[in-house]
Amino acid sequence: MRSLRHKLVRDTWHNRGQVLSIAAVVATAIMTVLSMRGTYESLQHARDSFYQESSFPHVWARLERAPESIRSRIEAIDGVQAVDTRVRFMANLRLPDRIGSVTGLFSSVDPEVHALGQLVLRSGRLPGTRERDRVVINEKFSEANGLEEGDTFDGIINGQMRHLMVVGVAISPEYMYPLAPGSIFPDHETFGLIWMGREVLAAESDMEGAFNEVALQLRGGAREAAVIDALDRILKPYGGQGGYGRSEQISHQFLEGELAQNRNTGTLIPAVFLAVVAFLLNMVLRRLVDTQRQEIAVLKAFGYTNATVGWFYLRFALLAVFMGTVVGVVVGTWLGHVMVDLYKEYFVFPDLSYRFGVDLVAIAVVISILSAAVGALGGVRAATSLPPAEAMRPKAPARFRPGIFERMGFERWLSSTARMVLRNIERQPVKSFLSAMGVAFSVAILVLGMFMFDAIEYMMDLQFNQVQREDISLVFERPLPESVQTEIEHHPSVTEAEIFRSVPVRLIHGHLEKEAGIIGRRLGDDLQRIVDEDGREIRLPSEGMVLSRFLADELGLDGPGMVWAEVLEGSRPVRTVAVVDIVDDFLGASAYMELGALHRLAGGTRSVNGANVKVFPGTRDAVMDEMATLPSIAGVSSPRKMYEIFREQMDEGFLLGVFFLVFFSSIIALAVIYNGARIALSERGRELASLRVLGFSRQEVAVLLFSEQGLITFVAIPIGWLLGYWMSWAMVNAFVTESYRIPFLVDTGTFVFSAAATILAAVLSSLVVRRRLNRYDLISVLKTRD
Amino acid sequence: MERHHIFRARGLTKMYDMGEVRVEALRNVDFDLYEGELLVLLGASGSGKSTLLNILGGLDAPTEGTVWYRDRELDTTDEDALTDYRRHHVGFVFQFYNLIPSLTARENVALVTEISDDPMRPDEALDLVGLANRLDHFPAQLSGGEQQRVAIARAVAKRPQVLLCDEPTGALDLETGRIVLRALERVNTELKTAIAVITHNAAIAGMGDRIVRMSSGQIASDEPNPDRVPINNISW
Repeated sequence: MRSLRHKLVRDTWHNRGQVLSIAAVVATAIMTVLSMRGTYESLQHARDSFYQESSFPHVWARLERAPESIRSRIEAIDGVQAVDTRVRFMANLRLPDRIGSVTGLFSSVDPEVHALGQLVLRSGRLPGTRERDRVVINEKFSEANGLEEGDTFDGIINGQMRHLMVVGVAISPEYMYPLAPGSIFPDHETFGLIWMGREVLAAESDMEGAFNEVALQLRGGAREAAVIDALDRILKPYGGQGGYGRSEQISHQFLEGELAQNRNTGTLIPAVFLAVVAFLLNMVLRRLVDTQRQEIAVLKAFGYTNATVGWFYLRFALLAVFMGTVVGVVVGTWLGHVMVDLYKEYFVFPDLSYRFGVDLVAIAVVISILSAAVGALGGVRAATSLPPAEAMRPKAPARFRPGIFERMGFERWLSSTARMVLRNIERQPVKSFLSAMGVAFSVAILVLGMFMFDAIEYMMDLQFNQVQREDISLVFERPLPESVQTEIEHHPSVTEAEIFRSVPVRLIHGHLEKEAGIIGRRLGDDLQRIVDEDGREIRLPSEGMVLSRFLADELGLDGPGMVWAEVLEGSRPVRTVAVVDIVDDFLGASAYMELGALHRLAGGTRSVNGANVKVFPGTRDAVMDEMATLPSIAGVSSPRKMYEIFREQMDEGFLLGVFFLVFFSSIIALAVIYNGARIALSERGRELASLRVLGFSRQEVAVLLFSEQGLITFVAIPIGWLLGYWMSWAMVNAFVTESYRIPFLVDTGTFVFSAAATILAAVLSSLVVRRRLNRYDLISVLKTRD
Repeated sequence: MERHHIFRARGLTKMYDMGEVRVEALRNVDFDLYEGELLVLLGASGSGKSTLLNILGGLDAPTEGTVWYRDRELDTTDEDALTDYRRHHVGFVFQFYNLIPSLTARENVALVTEISDDPMRPDEALDLVGLANRLDHFPAQLSGGEQQRVAIARAVAKRPQVLLCDEPTGALDLETGRIVLRALERVNTELKTAIAVITHNAAIAGMGDRIVRMSSGQIASDEPNPDRVPINNISW
C-alpha cells in the first residue's frame, strides 16, 4: 500500500490546482455556514435567553391616563399571566458637552416590583421608587455621550428643568434597537432611554396612582388577538391607543427582520456552496478515475479490490475537504465573531457572543465527502466493470452526434470548430447544465447582494430627498393653535415652516382593522410630500385620505373605498372616510389628509402638534439647540442629520460588503470554470495537440478550449440575472413590515457589474489553465495512446 | 533531370535530457527529400527516425544543425513561424489517427480546409482515399483503417508539398494496412506529393522510390529502389 500512497501524493501534486480550487469552495461553504448561519444562531440564542430572563412582555398598550385601580380588571382578562403598568413620556435633555437637541424617553421603574421587560444593569444600581432626580440610562446612550455613574445632566420634565444624576447604566429587552420615535435607525448621541423611580416620575408628570402604558405577559395557549380586544375595551375610556403584540413592537420587529434575513441568507448561501462542492467533487473525481482507467486495470490485474482502488481515489477528495474544512472553520469562526461584534453596534444584548453548532459543520463536511464518494466510486465502478485486459486497451473514440443547431438546419453557419464546441457541450448535458447553474448562482449572489445596496440607497434617497425635505422636525409638547406657524416663521433663521397634525386612529374596513396615525397637512405644502416608489408625487386630496400600501393591504383595500376611522383621542368620534388613493411607499405606515379635513374628522379645537422647518444654511444645529430649550417643544429632530449619519454608515459598510460578495461569488465562478477547463484539457489534450499539428496556432487552440467554458458562462449569465432577480424579489416579499418595505428595483449597473465580475473570474481561470496548455508537449501527447 | 529539394537537412543533432541521462537521438544527420518522391525511412524503435521526422515537420527543434524547406531555412525557435509552416506546407499522418471524435469524417477534413489557402473540397479529399460513402460518419462509427484514411485525407486536403507519415499502418492488420498504403501511393502518384513514411516494418520498404535505413541516431544506408513493389505483393 505504500506505493499507492506515493501515487496519491504525486497525483495530488499533479492536480493541485483542482484540489486547491475545490478546497476553496469547501472552505467558503463552511465559512458561510459558520458566519451567516452562526450569526443567526448566536442572535437567536442571545435574544431568546434575554427574553426569557427579563420576562419580555407579549402585549403592550399606550393610553392617556388610567388609574391603577383598573389593573385588577386587566389581570382578570382570560389568558393574562402578568401585568406591568408604567409611566412613560418623552422629554428634552440638556447634556453638559453636547450642542444640539437630545431627547429622552422617560420610563418608570420600581425595584420592589417584579416588572415585565426587566432591565439588566451593566453598572450601578436602580433608583428607589421615591428617590428624586436619580436615573438609570441605557448603555448606548451612556457610551455615546460619555455619561457614567455620578455624572449629571438636565431634563426638562413637564416644563421644569430637573438636574438628574446617573446612578446606573442598563439595557432593556424592549429597546434592543433603541430608536427614537419617527426614526428609522438609531442615533445614540441624541436619543436616550431614562428610567426613574415610579413614584417620583408619576409626581413630576401628574400621574400619581395612574399609568399611561401597560405591558402584559400571556399564558401559554392564550389568544393574543382576544386579549388585545379585551384590553382595548378596558382602556377605551382612558384614551387607549390600541394594544399591539410583539410583531408590532419596534425593537422586536427590527430584530426579527434581521434574524429572518440571517436565517434566509444563512440557509441559502451555504446551500449553494455545498451544491457546488458536491458537483465539483463528483465531476473531478469521476474524471480523475476515468483518465486513469488503464492504471486501475493494472492495479486490478495485480489483485487490488474495487474497494481498495475506490478508497484510494476517495482520499484525494478527503484531502480537499479536509483542507477546506480547516481553513473554513478558522476563517468562518473569525468572520462570525466580526459579524456578531457588528451586531453589537446595533442591537443591545446582555450576553451576545458568537456561537455555532458543530452539527452544521458536520453536515457540510458529510455532504462534501458523500458527493466525492459518489463520484469516486461511480468512476471506479465504470473503470472496473471492464475486465482488466480490456481496460488496458485504448478507449474507443467517444460517440458523438450532430448537435441540436445542426439538426435544426443551422449547420451551414457553423465552422468545424464551432461544431466541436457545441457537440462537446451537448454530449454531456448534465455536466454542462450543472456548470452553467454553478456560474449562474455566482452571478445571482452578486445580483442579490448588490440589489440590497441599491434598494437601501434608493429608499434613503427617496425618503430624504423627496419625502422629508425639511431641515428640522418639531413635535410640540401639547397641541397648539395653527397660528403657531406665523410665530415659527418669524424666527430669523427660518425660511419656511409647515405645521402638521397627527391623530391616532383605528381604521376599520369590513372585519379588518388597524391602528395608524393620520397626518394632516395643508394643500400645497412641499417640505414633506407624499411620494410613491417611482418618485412620483401624489397630490393631497382636499377631502378623503391617502393610505400607505401597507395599511391598505392590512385593511384588505386594493383601490379607493370607504373605511371607518375611530379616533383614539379627544371625544373619540367614529366616522367614515373615503380612501381616495393608495401610495406605494417604503417607510412607516401612514395615512394622509388635508389639515382641515382632519380637523373635521377628529373634532375638537383646530390645533396642530408639530411643524416641519427649513432654515438658512449653516444655522441648523443652532436652531435645533435653541428649540430644544423651549418648554412648548417636546422633540426636535433633523431628517437631514439622520441622512448624513446613514450615509456615513452606508459608505463604510458598502465597500466591505461588496468585497465579501465579490469574493464569495468569484470563488464559485473560479472553481467551476477552472475545473471545467482543466477537465476539458485533460479529456481533449490529444485533440488539441492534433489541431496544433494541423497548423492551428496556440491562440486558436486556446480559443477552442475556452469557448466551451465561455459559452457556458455566456448562457449562465442571463440565467444568473433571472435567478438573482427572483431571489431579490423573494427578499422584498419576505420583508414587508410596518416600519419599512424594500423597494424592488434592480439597477442596470448591478446586472453589468455581476456579469463583469463573473466574466473576470472566468478569464482568470482560463489564464491559469492556458499556462498549462502552453506547456503541453505536442509530440508526447500524440505518440501515446489515449 | 534535376531534382528539386523539398527538405535539405545538414548536421542534425538532437539530445534529450532525461533527468541524469542524456540521450542522443540524432547524431550529425544529413538528409534530403526530393519533390514527388516516396521515401521509406526504416529503422528499429529508438533509431531516431521519428525524431528526424518531427524536426522536419516543425514539431521539434534540433539541438544542432539546419533544415531547409525548399530554399527557406526553418527557424525552429519561432513558434508562430512553425505553426504557419505546418498549416500551409506539411501534412502529418500518425499511427494513432488522432481524429477529432466530435467531428464527422467530412468535418475532420474541413477543419484543415477552413484554415488553408487553396484546399481541396473535403469530399474530394475523402474520395481520393476511397471514403466518398462515409462522409457523415463520426470516428466512433469508422473502422481503424477508415479512420486512418480520413487522417490521410485530412493531411492532403490542403495540397501540401510533403506528407510525413509515422507508422501509418502500425495499428492495422495486413488487409487494412494495404488499403491505407494504396491511399498513400495514390496521393503520391496523382497529386505528386512527396511522402516520407516511417516504419519499422521492412516489408513496407519495397513500395518506396528510395529506402533510408537508420540505426542509433545515424543514417546507416540510403539506396534508391528502382523497382517499386506493387502494394498487393507486400505482406507482413
